[in-house]
Amino acid sequence: MTEPGRAPAGGWRTATVAGVRRPVPRSVQLRLDVHDRIDHLPGQHYVVRLTAPDGYTAQRSYSVASAPGDPLVELFVERLPDGEVSTHLADVVEPGDELEVRGPIGGWFVWDTVSPALLVAGGSGVVPFVAMLRAARALGRTDLLRVAVSARTREELPYADELEAAGALVVLTREANGIRPAGRLTAMDLVPLVEPGQTAYVCGSGLFAEAAAQLLLELGVDPSDVRVERFGPSGGPA
Amino acid sequence: MPSPTRGFLGRRRERDPRLPPGQYDVGTDWPVLTAEPTPRIPPERWSITVDGEVESPTTWTWDEAHRLPPSEYRGDIHCVTTWSKFDTRFGGVSLDTLLEAARPTAAARFVLATSSTGYTTNLPLADVTGGRAWLAWEFDGRPLTPEHGGPVRLLVPHLYFWKSAKWVSRLTLLTEDRPGFWEQNGYHDRGDPWRQQRYQGD
Repeated sequence: MTEPGRAPAGGWRTATVAGVRRPVPRSVQLRLDVHDRIDHLPGQHYVVRLTAPDGYTAQRSYSVASAPGDPLVELFVERLPDGEVSTHLADVVEPGDELEVRGPIGGWFVWDTVSPALLVAGGSGVVPFVAMLRAARALGRTDLLRVAVSARTREELPYADELEAAGALVVLTREANGIRPAGRLTAMDLVPLVEPGQTAYVCGSGLFAEAAAQLLLELGVDPSDVRVERFGPSGGPA
Repeated sequence: MPSPTRGFLGRRRERDPRLPPGQYDVGTDWPVLTAEPTPRIPPERWSITVDGEVESPTTWTWDEAHRLPPSEYRGDIHCVTTWSKFDTRFGGVSLDTLLEAARPTAAARFVLATSSTGYTTNLPLADVTGGRAWLAWEFDGRPLTPEHGGPVRLLVPHLYFWKSAKWVSRLTLLTEDRPGFWEQNGYHDRGDPWRQQRYQGD
């Protein structure tokens, strides 16, 4: 827990929306050209700020899915039914729009690209791990990462193809996945993925993160080797 | 003022004056956001130590802390991730009571709060005195749950909530500021929500 500081690099920047895709229901994938961008570390996030004509602002944090070497910053945003920012990003934003962003932020939930890591995600909690997988691929070090992800259905799992291609264990809670019946992630699922010397990263909703972290502890993983990022209506520390 | 975002009008036209800038009302929810697995700490194994720049370093067990004069906070809390929660009610003991017993030296200026998990956060001493900080073990009249920092968390509601360390076990008084966990990771050393002191440099 003693890492060098990773303050957001500078203040607010302008990003031009270069691409908008909706590969997964109720979510949007934004590709941003961030002006004067500072490279992020895999696992870091950006804050997006929206401003109304009268100066009212709303801001939220979103994990980066792209690798540091990607010329664009890719954010994956789950559209919350009541989300003031996520509904705008998912429903209104078009290529060519400008958005205010701040980042990269976060020095804790990051992968150093040289140490073995176990990545356990629920739902859109896969996003920071996609950045880690892409960084590992760029460096030829995918051997360092073990990945387990859980989603309700395959259709709702962001980056499903990419995760499967990377060898991720995919657990679906509402439908069978191959021979595996619908069901939650269990300790048995994680047994083959846990290795000595790993740092474990857990990312997902509060309930998922809590359950997954407890599974790791049951398997004997030291609490100090577990890093957790929880999100719900909001994300980050509290 | 930043230029408007195309197509964004914003939801709340009448902002609640209790809401600091950049925050929204989370309603009845209470999001759980921590960087580590939730520890299960039986109350009988919990204790709080006040040490460092004090005349009388002191440790209180659960029972000893509960024999101190009770104190309550009723009001709002604000998380740096932009949610605020109104009209909360926490029960516990005022930090003033602990500090009166431990007696800070004249040189003490800052506090480093440490949790049983190793989590740390730093605060100016002035922010935890004068009836503005508590050790809390009750929320809405019920025992504080482990997810929310039970059995006992620090409560400094006038600062962003990451300062209110969950599972607090030690308060170390210092002559100089020493950044804690999130503060080393880019977050602000004071964290006043009314000044939007979210990140280092704000």
